[in-house]
Amino acid sequence: MPYPSDRKYTREHEWIQVNGNSAAVGITDYAQQSLGDIVFVETPKVGAELTAGKTFGTVESVKAVSDLFSPASGTVTEVNSELATAPEKVNSDAHGSWMVRITLKNPSELDALLSAADYEKYVAEEAGH
Amino acid sequence: MSAVEAPTIRKTALNAVHRQMGAKMVEFNGWDMPVEYPASLGGGIINEHMAVRTGVGIFDVSHMGDIRLAGRQALAAVQHISMNDASRLAIGQAQYSALLYPQGTFVDDVIVHRLGQDEYLLVINAGTREKDFNWVRDNTRQFDCAVENLSDDFTQIAIQGPKAVNLLQKLTDADLSAVKFYWVTRGTVCGLKDTLMGRTGYTAEDGFEIYVPSDEGTSAFVWNEILIAGKEFGVVPCGLGARNTLRLEGKLPLYGHEISDTINVWEAGLDRFCKMEKPEFIGRDALQKAKAAGVKRTLVGLEMTQRGIARDGYKVLDTAGREIGYITSGSPAPYLKKNIALAYVPREFEGLGTPLQVEIRGQAVGAVVVPTPFYKRPKK
Repeated sequence: MPYPSDRKYTREHEWIQVNGNSAAVGITDYAQQSLGDIVFVETPKVGAELTAGKTFGTVESVKAVSDLFSPASGTVTEVNSELATAPEKVNSDAHGSWMVRITLKNPSELDALLSAADYEKYVAEEAGH
Repeated sequence: MSAVEAPTIRKTALNAVHRQMGAKMVEFNGWDMPVEYPASLGGGIINEHMAVRTGVGIFDVSHMGDIRLAGRQALAAVQHISMNDASRLAIGQAQYSALLYPQGTFVDDVIVHRLGQDEYLLVINAGTREKDFNWVRDNTRQFDCAVENLSDDFTQIAIQGPKAVNLLQKLTDADLSAVKFYWVTRGTVCGLKDTLMGRTGYTAEDGFEIYVPSDEGTSAFVWNEILIAGKEFGVVPCGLGARNTLRLEGKLPLYGHEISDTINVWEAGLDRFCKMEKPEFIGRDALQKAKAAGVKRTLVGLEMTQRGIARDGYKVLDTAGREIGYITSGSPAPYLKKNIALAYVPREFEGLGTPLQVEIRGQAVGAVVVPTPFYKRPKK
């Protein structure tokens, strides 16, 4: 699975795609594959403040509960309500299934995140262990 | 040198096969086991679960242990260490039972098979293999009966689902239509003579568990033959993930969750497998006293009425938010398409329809007491 180069990645397996001052956040294909059948996505409400590196929600598969970590700080402007009723979309299209959109507080935070190529290398190592 | 060996992760004879198939592997009770198979093989917990409910799935359950008791006093030994009445078993018949501590709590739950006149096979859990064997051996010394640990001798494959009988029938000369639920037979399977087949399982579905020699070559051969023969029935290899959701829908207890060394038979609701009319078995006296004293907590089925999934260990609250119990197993139920759970609560909350709450990440989420088992297979 190629990781799109139009976004950045965290070591906790989230992606963030910036569009001007706004950014969409989701989880990676590697994350959805490790979790298995996703049955529940819990995200904060519009207006919630997210902090880089802190949890902002939960994703659950049949077997496992996993925290979502925010790739950057900002304010939630939109929540993907489709995932409340069709969480399995994250399995079929992880990189197309954004969970929240935020306005970035400090865009320079993204410099610390991984590029697609670096993330690909990172998960290859993680999978190898 | 220490006499205690460092804990090493154990592998079944099919380990390499699972890895080759791309199964996601996890550690379970000290064993490296498949949790689910890739979607390309029809896998994924939900698909695997549905295959067993509607067609057929196969599981490597070789991590289960096997203890053989044989000899003149084998029946007396089995009667002493187990709570069900093994004297009711005809040769070839099996029963669900449990090994109890003197205080009436669980060493383990077991399936007791009567294989011969004076020969019994106990099939036990993976996580309690050594504990169970030592316990059985130590508590049957007074009987004229040999106790053998055969746990490493078998690769145990479970073939489960409404099409399981059709699949296995293709591979054996034994007439499976003559084998009733919880009976065993022997026959040639994939060319292996005298193979033990039990119409048993842990999925709340019809099915068989077969016991073949545990060398890697034979094990892989049989596993692959089953997958080939099962193609026409849409057979799916299944991992421990689906095994857990299937048994939960059927309210089949899991050691360390619904039953343990701190939970007694009455609390677990396993009364019908515990034969108090037997004059003696380990745990009987304590159970008699416990019943007279009154059972204070009980295992109930819950269904979430609000958005949220109850998980093992979560707190159960009453409608006022007071902590009253805990979840023993909780999961989305793939066939029922509900979020279900089992929980221990005080008896005043056991009534069907009682509204309760489950604490999920600090939030009280609505649930209701529902009838169990959550799923019962349709009668043919």
